[in-house]
Amino acid sequence: MSLLDYLMPYDFSPLTVLSFMLVLGFYGVGLLRMPEEDRPGSARIVVFVLGVLICYGVMQTRFDYYSQYMFFVHRGQHLILHHLGPILIALSNPLPVMRFWYGKMGPGVKSGLRPLGWVYRFLQHPLIASFLFVGLIYFWLWPPIHFDAMLSRNLYWVMNWSMLIDGMLFWWLIFDPRPPAITSSLGYGKRILLLALVAIPQMILGAMIVFSRGMVYDVYEVCGRAWPMAPETDQLLGGLLTWIPPAMMSILGILIILRRAMREDGSFTSRSSQMGETTT
Amino acid sequence: MTTSPLRRNTLKLSLLTLILMGFVLSGCSGEGESWNGKDISGLMPGLEFELTDGQGRPVTADQFDGKIKLLYFGFTSCPDVCPTTLQKLGQATESLPTEAQDDVLTLFISVDPERDSPERLAAYVDFFGNGIVGLTGKESQLRQLAKRYRTTFGYEEPDENGNYAVSHSSAVYVFDREGKARLLIRPDLGVEEIRQDLIALAKADT
Repeated sequence: MSLLDYLMPYDFSPLTVLSFMLVLGFYGVGLLRMPEEDRPGSARIVVFVLGVLICYGVMQTRFDYYSQYMFFVHRGQHLILHHLGPILIALSNPLPVMRFWYGKMGPGVKSGLRPLGWVYRFLQHPLIASFLFVGLIYFWLWPPIHFDAMLSRNLYWVMNWSMLIDGMLFWWLIFDPRPPAITSSLGYGKRILLLALVAIPQMILGAMIVFSRGMVYDVYEVCGRAWPMAPETDQLLGGLLTWIPPAMMSILGILIILRRAMREDGSFTSRSSQMGETTT
Repeated sequence: MTTSPLRRNTLKLSLLTLILMGFVLSGCSGEGESWNGKDISGLMPGLEFELTDGQGRPVTADQFDGKIKLLYFGFTSCPDVCPTTLQKLGQATESLPTEAQDDVLTLFISVDPERDSPERLAAYVDFFGNGIVGLTGKESQLRQLAKRYRTTFGYEEPDENGNYAVSHSSAVYVFDREGKARLLIRPDLGVEEIRQDLIALAKADT
């Protein structure tokens, strides 16, 4: 197979290609048009584009073929869609670009988007957000659901998109660049708490897959693997990918938040509001 | 802060959502008819293909309308899995009541067109009884069909004698008379269990 074959989608999804093109297009045009002083630096632009491209890559290249027929590649795909890609996008802080486009919107569009804002605020409640984050992993890895998702093309797309969207929501909540001392973003203590909280169930699930003796996910057995590999090895690798990298990402996230909290320490005068709800 | 009653409401709402989600999840399982195979109604598209039969004639899926179809991917040089499965399907079909026997057809799709010529395929399937048709096609046609049923196949590097193994799905896809995907028979299912499912399907359909 030529290089081009590896870059072409295995299961072409016009909606997916269009969404990624729109995101990159709006980002690029926003960058060019926005005032110089608001524009993100080149490092941030590279991180953003990289985050978007790896998500696209696991959905619309040959990688997707291997994700459908190998359990451990599938786990790698979700690691990128639910963790790594959204983390990079959130860390790159595309907020100035979003603000630029928001400023360009007419009042009609803005009021039309208001229900979306309500849904967003509901989903970003820390309890809901962390429940969804862990819940979706458990849901799609629940053996009967996983079997169906790998058999049905529609379910498969719902699965991957739900992981990507939920990843974006969660990691944006965690890495929201607005300082909680002066804005309504989540307090740093709570962010750290959430990161630790979601790590534990992921570690349990990963360990359960690694140490299970039987085949938990036999759909790869039934539908044929992309290349001959012992089912136990496939499951073991998949379990490790569910277990270790997400746990490490939680710890890295905690370190990043701690560093940010230490930097901001004392730089805002209204200390009381940093305490958040304790003052209410 | 003025947001505090709102916050409390959100909390209540979130708890409610959690409970609702629990209901939805528990409702997903444990309903519907009981099949021995895996019910795939609605999960997979109906049967559609353009292939070649054992006489080298072009064949499309609608030629088999009105029959219950058992679709199985394999290759004639297959050492054990394919003969075992085909034998199992043959036994299950032959043990059906006589009037139902003609209604069930096994479609054996060879994913090894390089070695499996139509003649070779015809000779191979004859060995497994009457209710079986051997089909093959160009690799691109076969890839398309495999992808449609979310499976794949691959070839091993040939040894010095030119022999190679082919990896393929180990499941049997069952389609009803109208060509709708109905069941997935996992390889661990026995003859009797397959027979029960076929009878139930034949009854439900007429």
